[in-house]
Amino acid sequence: MSSVLVFLEAKNNEITRLSWEAMAAAHTLAASLSLPVDVALVAAADNPILKTLQGKAPRTVYAIDHALLHAYTADGYTTAYAQLIEHAKPAYVVFPHTYQVRDFAPRLATRFKQVLISDVTGIESGSGTGPIFVRQLLQGKLNAEYHASGEGPSFVSIQAGAFRADEPQAGDTTIQPFHPTLEASEIRVQPGEPFRASAQTVDLNSASILVSVGRGIKEEANLPIVQELASALGAELAASRPICDAGWLPMERQVGSSGQTVAPKVYLAVGISGAIQHLVGMKGSQCIVAINKDENAPIFEVADYGIVGDLFEVVPALTAAIRKVKG
Amino acid sequence: MKIIVAIKQVPERDARIRIDASGKWIDLNDVEFSMNESDAYALEEALQLKEAHGGEVVVLSAGPERVGKTIREALAKGADRAIHIQSASETELSAFDALGVASLLAAAIKDEQADLILTGLQSDDLGLGQTGVILAELLGLPHATLILKIEKTDTGLKVLRELEDGWFQHLELPLPAVLTIQSGNSKLRYATLMGIKKAKTKEVKTVSVTDLAANSEPVVALEAVKLPHKQRTTQILGGTPAEAAAALVEKLQFEVRAI
Repeated sequence: MSSVLVFLEAKNNEITRLSWEAMAAAHTLAASLSLPVDVALVAAADNPILKTLQGKAPRTVYAIDHALLHAYTADGYTTAYAQLIEHAKPAYVVFPHTYQVRDFAPRLATRFKQVLISDVTGIESGSGTGPIFVRQLLQGKLNAEYHASGEGPSFVSIQAGAFRADEPQAGDTTIQPFHPTLEASEIRVQPGEPFRASAQTVDLNSASILVSVGRGIKEEANLPIVQELASALGAELAASRPICDAGWLPMERQVGSSGQTVAPKVYLAVGISGAIQHLVGMKGSQCIVAINKDENAPIFEVADYGIVGDLFEVVPALTAAIRKVKG
Repeated sequence: MKIIVAIKQVPERDARIRIDASGKWIDLNDVEFSMNESDAYALEEALQLKEAHGGEVVVLSAGPERVGKTIREALAKGADRAIHIQSASETELSAFDALGVASLLAAAIKDEQADLILTGLQSDDLGLGQTGVILAELLGLPHATLILKIEKTDTGLKVLRELEDGWFQHLELPLPAVLTIQSGNSKLRYATLMGIKKAKTKEVKTVSVTDLAANSEPVVALEAVKLPHKQRTTQILGGTPAEAAAALVEKLQFEVRAI
């Protein structure tokens, strides 16, 4: 019988939050199609992590086990996952949209002559075409609706924060070991141990107010105007990726999918347009303020308060106004 | 080393967004185009590898005639020649999904015997982040994504890959291979006047989409594009900068209670 098959990821012996969210998305999809949900992850069958999935609605938990999968490689995962898909014959294959999934899932889909619908933020029931998958275009300025039109399994990856990882309903779960056939010679890329570039000295999570700066600041020499705003507010300074890439602020101040995820009381985004990679790192903030010259910037979709204007005029005015009330 | 760099021409980041009559894309009238950002970094890596180890840099791009401008820009920066898969119209390529476009690229370079194929990690317009990886599978080559640094070794390449949350990893892989490049690791060069002059005489081979006879039957179809609806209700604070600032301070003080 056909199914929705979710490939999960684990980190530090826990199923990741993004994986639970992908599972929630899979349940939404499966309910609309009256299909069961199966899940799979790379783990030995006696791994205690599998117990955390037990009784939580997936019908089958496939424990994919092979010595050549202990370190992630695109070659190893593509081949192993392809074998499980051929075995389980799901109608839909769902992934959390992580850097690792981005690395191998397009290759896996190609092996089935399919295209991964990546970075999905919503699933709607379509009329006659099957489910509609919503994803963003043009750095979040546009939503696009896609549907799978081919034969064979459809591949979908789910963006962080798009589905709530609610406590799933109970159900009977069977753990089934799956041993793929893999040869060392099939793995062409040799991975090194992951490492962290430098010790973190700034903890953005401990700040109750963050002033975050983006491309709109134009050059490094303009940074003092946001530094002054941050100090007037008693806030920590954060940034979007381009600012850290340019070396204007250290990487540890970067918010977004490749930096830190933050949820302060106030997040003040200055000159940040709000690409999805940035939004996933800050949209849990209690209050979001955006200052941007472009009224159509996607940051305004998540902002509680917005000022449309030139940050070089607005930020100094704001600093002055804060100093006035703080005395 | 013979390096192919796949680049895409995309709408400028601050392009005005109006949905066109088909409801499937934006109105391209008055839209300015530029080289996709991470593709520009892929080109920079290719040029640096050529400077260090010799060889040839071939630029590959698909799209209508306007794409020629971005190709010339890459040639002016130092690429040696180019292949332009020229679509007959703005819409010819929109019938292709990511697999279809990657199949065109693969067909256009199959006789090139490149040592290395580079491209950006994702496009600024469609943002699929898949073309390089699909291309690797179609060509039967190993790949690595989100690459920040490339070093040539005796057996192939040693590359630095970005992971999430500030983690990194080194990978070693044999050649030929496909890498997708993350933005930001090196400083992009500008074209020199001499470069711009030379670019005019460099070879641009034009092939049509139909010449490549790739299968365009899509397995994934874009049904419609829509302007996103707001996730929160935004109160826009208007007036002069001073008035807007004063209004915001009042909100932060009395409603958010953060100051």
